Amino acid sequence: MTDELLGLTVAQQAAKIDAGEVSAAEVFDYWRGRAAADDLNAYLWVAGETPEDAGTLPPIAVKDLFCVRGVPSMAGSRILEGYRPPYTATSVRNLQEAGVRVLGKTNQDEFAMGSSNENSGFGPVQNPWDRTRVPGGSSGGSAAAVAAGTAPWAIGTDTGGSIRQPASLSGVVGMKPTYGAVSRYGMIAFASSLDQCGPLTRDVTDAAILLGHLQGRDPCDSTSLGIPDGIPLPSAERLDGLRFGVWGMHEPGLEPGVADAVNATLARIEEVGGAVDEIELPNAKYGIPAYYVIAPAEASANLARYDGVRYGPRAAGNGDLTSLYEQTRHDGFGEEVRRRIMIGTYALSSGYYEAYYGTAQKVRTKIAEDLTAAFEKVDFVVSPTSATVAFKLGERTADPLAMYLSDYYTVPMPLAGIPAISIPCGLSEGLPVGFQIAGPAFSEARILDAAHALEKSIGFEGVPVSVDRLDADLRSQNEGPEAPRG
Amino acid sequence: MIDRDQVLHVAKLARLRLSDEEVDRMAGELSKILEHVETMSELDLEGVEPTSHVVDLTNVLREDVPRDGLDRETALEQAPDATESGFRVPSPGAS
Repeated sequence: MTDELLGLTVAQQAAKIDAGEVSAAEVFDYWRGRAAADDLNAYLWVAGETPEDAGTLPPIAVKDLFCVRGVPSMAGSRILEGYRPPYTATSVRNLQEAGVRVLGKTNQDEFAMGSSNENSGFGPVQNPWDRTRVPGGSSGGSAAAVAAGTAPWAIGTDTGGSIRQPASLSGVVGMKPTYGAVSRYGMIAFASSLDQCGPLTRDVTDAAILLGHLQGRDPCDSTSLGIPDGIPLPSAERLDGLRFGVWGMHEPGLEPGVADAVNATLARIEEVGGAVDEIELPNAKYGIPAYYVIAPAEASANLARYDGVRYGPRAAGNGDLTSLYEQTRHDGFGEEVRRRIMIGTYALSSGYYEAYYGTAQKVRTKIAEDLTAAFEKVDFVVSPTSATVAFKLGERTADPLAMYLSDYYTVPMPLAGIPAISIPCGLSEGLPVGFQIAGPAFSEARILDAAHALEKSIGFEGVPVSVDRLDADLRSQNEGPEAPRG
Repeated sequence: MIDRDQVLHVAKLARLRLSDEEVDRMAGELSKILEHVETMSELDLEGVEPTSHVVDLTNVLREDVPRDGLDRETALEQAPDATESGFRVPSPGAS
């Protein structure tokens, strides 16, 4: 019985639990075995035993930066090594109350700073489609676990693309909700005006179910609003009357194979009744510059608390307090985190604040205005999620700026606070390509419905039966006559 | 654009110790990143309002009702060095 679970979505597994064909405890136990056998370094912690109350739904893999009471929660950083928080993040609590148990904690770029998962303090994660490649980041462990079938579903966080980009590179569905849809309480903070929790799942229906449980206003996060009308199950199979504005198809860095897969998807939109128009977001190219001021500036303030006093390891220093702080922060933070703290501290320092942070906040307004103007003409703004397929481990680590440009297509949405989903739309060079659909604030239900219709039309087979069989089976399934070739 | 002295100044503000080799590398990397960041100056931003946050909310208030927080013992549990009543640290020293 339980071997069948691997091929099922969460919704299908839940139906079997409801029908009494399998118990929630058996389902948990099955996935615990899968997670424990992970050999991609996707997990930093896996539940040791099946809980007495196994809930009512399949268990979930949780990005390491979510605080879970009594469970290691280190945000992928050595500076929080061994930290077991005394409380649980509201988003995870909401899941627990809905009958979802925590299966494990997933690897990530340290403090969510990265686009490849190579900045983890606990080693990189491998992409299950090709182990010599990155799974994307920063929620790379969550994406890889879902893609490899070592988790039925997962949550991550997205600040500049950290859910959507790894979803794209790993061939799974990933959604960044509207800022404020999900509580940030208990999420170890990176950039507070951008961070948002969201689902990484095998299909769009599972993403809708998960977001429905995650969202909600929380008295512990004064910026949270929830999604006022909730999240219905997506059911659309057609896109009649809907207008899709595509942007970014003439960027020099866009790989031809990715462009082909995206163009094939645009053709499918028209096949099922939607209309496609090219649009421009004239200020999108300033998204990366603005983001790499705002996010590091906020991070430099948020990460000031890690000083070896209240939690995490402590370095001795020279015996005085200042050297204890400086040595603890030197030893505990990885290179990328130190780099971003430096950028942020510089940008906020006396004499530079207006030139950097002030300017970036105005650029943020311009980008939001571009998107508002676009939504007067179209229902959704669509693009590739990433200009490239999964890149090789080590390929971009020597050049921080090249790595930052990985977020080109995903950064405008968090800057504007709007929701966006990435769904797998085909393969290029045998590797998954993601298609991004963004909508106005709180249009999650409409985005999910459109993504559902498109997913049906694409028919991407993203559920690996096992990592070993992935090479042979999955690729042959996806490289049908209409699938794009790189 | 960013020289060694600026790197050392910012590192001091951020309470980060950097080795000599890291100072040199950081100067080069930060210069390159800031050069890209400064493409923002191509834009005419005269009269544009800054966006500090995207949610249309002001002054979110709750009822002023006391509720339990973490007790002291729990709050001190994860500290690398704690007494019964607080976090223990060395003297602030001369720096």
